[in-house]
Amino acid sequence: MTATQLLFKNRRPGETVFLSGYRATGGYHALARALREMSPDEIRQLVKASGLRGRGGAGFPTGIKWTFFPADKPNPKYLVCNCDEMEPGTYKDGELLRADPHQLVEGMIISAFALQTNVGYIFIRYAYEQQAQNLRRAIAEAKAAGYLGDNILGSGFDFELHVHGSAGRYILGEETALLNGLEGRRPNPRLKPPFPAVKGLFGRPTTVNNVETLANIPHIVTGGAHWFKDLALTVDGSGTKLYGLSGHLQVTECFELPVGIPLRQLVEEYGGGVWRDRKFKACLPGGASTPYLTAEHLDVALDFNSLEQVGSRFGTAGVTVFDDRTCMVAVTLNLIRFFARESCGWCTPCRDGLTMVRWLLETLETGQGSLEHLALLKEQLQNISGTSFCALAEGAMGPLAGLLNHFEQEIIDHIKTGRCPFDF
Amino acid sequence: MATEEEKQQVGYLDEEQIVEFIRHANQLEHPREMIIDVLRAIQKNHCWVPDEGIELTATILGLTPLEVEEVATFYDKIYRQPVGRYPIHICDSVCCWSRGGEQIANHLQQQLGIEMGQTSADGLFTLLPSCCLGSCGCAPGLMIDQCFHGHLTVESVDEMIEKLRQEATA
Repeated sequence: MTATQLLFKNRRPGETVFLSGYRATGGYHALARALREMSPDEIRQLVKASGLRGRGGAGFPTGIKWTFFPADKPNPKYLVCNCDEMEPGTYKDGELLRADPHQLVEGMIISAFALQTNVGYIFIRYAYEQQAQNLRRAIAEAKAAGYLGDNILGSGFDFELHVHGSAGRYILGEETALLNGLEGRRPNPRLKPPFPAVKGLFGRPTTVNNVETLANIPHIVTGGAHWFKDLALTVDGSGTKLYGLSGHLQVTECFELPVGIPLRQLVEEYGGGVWRDRKFKACLPGGASTPYLTAEHLDVALDFNSLEQVGSRFGTAGVTVFDDRTCMVAVTLNLIRFFARESCGWCTPCRDGLTMVRWLLETLETGQGSLEHLALLKEQLQNISGTSFCALAEGAMGPLAGLLNHFEQEIIDHIKTGRCPFDF
Repeated sequence: MATEEEKQQVGYLDEEQIVEFIRHANQLEHPREMIIDVLRAIQKNHCWVPDEGIELTATILGLTPLEVEEVATFYDKIYRQPVGRYPIHICDSVCCWSRGGEQIANHLQQQLGIEMGQTSADGLFTLLPSCCLGSCGCAPGLMIDQCFHGHLTVESVDEMIEKLRQEATA
């Protein structure tokens, strides 16, 4: 593999790199440089210039998110890392923390300095117990080495970092639900505005960033904004990306590759092609909430803007592939069941709308549906889109919109034949 | 020091744990952030969280039982009903589904003679559906005691169940 490795540089099968290994490949050099040679504002400008976009799914430019944060206002204010990775098809943050937890710790210290916050939290999902243990050890090592705590490396900057374990539920990945969860409140999402940058954790200014986003910060400090931007294959893209492959591929592993790699290359070269000598039918390009791509999209560059242009999203770059013997009504039903179950029940479009969509898809998938059900499905897509309290139901509409855009004929085949045409 | 009332509840947390949680809570401006930590510790000792566990958590953190309950009931990995010694969280999300997760779930239900959500007659296993466990490259998978098992086959699942049965009787 010749692709530039930043985040997976130290990754070896079955191993975790801790402090000595991390330092051996340049770990914590970026922190020393940031604290000694750069002002907080210079780091913020650098991250903005790097073009780094959030790696948690929404893709909001990190440097711009940071400009909303009142870095010069007095503490307490918080930096929170979202490690609630629970979008089906997404496992990159888990892989990163399994291999090299210090990257996140260093990234958070530099980011905290840039944002002038003294307290950080890593909110980590229940299933990532090994990763949570890795982080606790990395934090203890960093503290002992003087990278965390008071007066870090003699700079006068103080930062303490905590790991906060969760207990399940997808909605915690929504940043305001996460903040409620972290505070020990029932984790329904909060009304925005006020945004977390103004009123976040414990009512104080808070920035929430994804694991992979924060782990990129030391590399940007070391390599510079232009170097980082040029790692992408697209003109408007930036950096590398962790692509988690899953579904009907020969190889279902996580790879660090440039932003903008064509889907075909990812599927054929890295995924080893579709399994069992079957053909590529469709994929979710960036997790469960991203509209399907089909074989006609195989040459599209995997990046934020290029995927938006073909009606989908880059999301988390967790690519789930489906072969030509897969029923896309059944896939969509599975995804909607997930979203309906994980709905927190707070708002009507999500709580009742997703339940309705689930019932319609169940009816259609079992061959009991009519054209009226199809019309109702389209109506629900309109009803739910743009009306829910948070992004969960909006995300659920991704695969439904993809189904109706690309596979409406497949729904009609179910209606005509009175059964699922893929039940062999 | 733990109060008399807390001492009576040591089946859920031992005295040392209670003292440590109270010490930690006293250092925090918002002790409420520890709810999940305390509930998870109770669950580790007692397999699930009964009403007394909710009350104990509330006492330690200076909250009302309702404030703890509204959090506890939200999370699927906090059990508010008795479960078997080994709760099995079977992933039913799309990556596992695409690689035969349903067959694994059906096989487990047959082998254990229970449906999803039920506990086996010997009290050892509870089958629970779970959303994505974050190991999609190793689908299909399940989780027992926060430990992930992937690339499942009917054979590997049978072996795993047998091993756990032996572990339980050893």
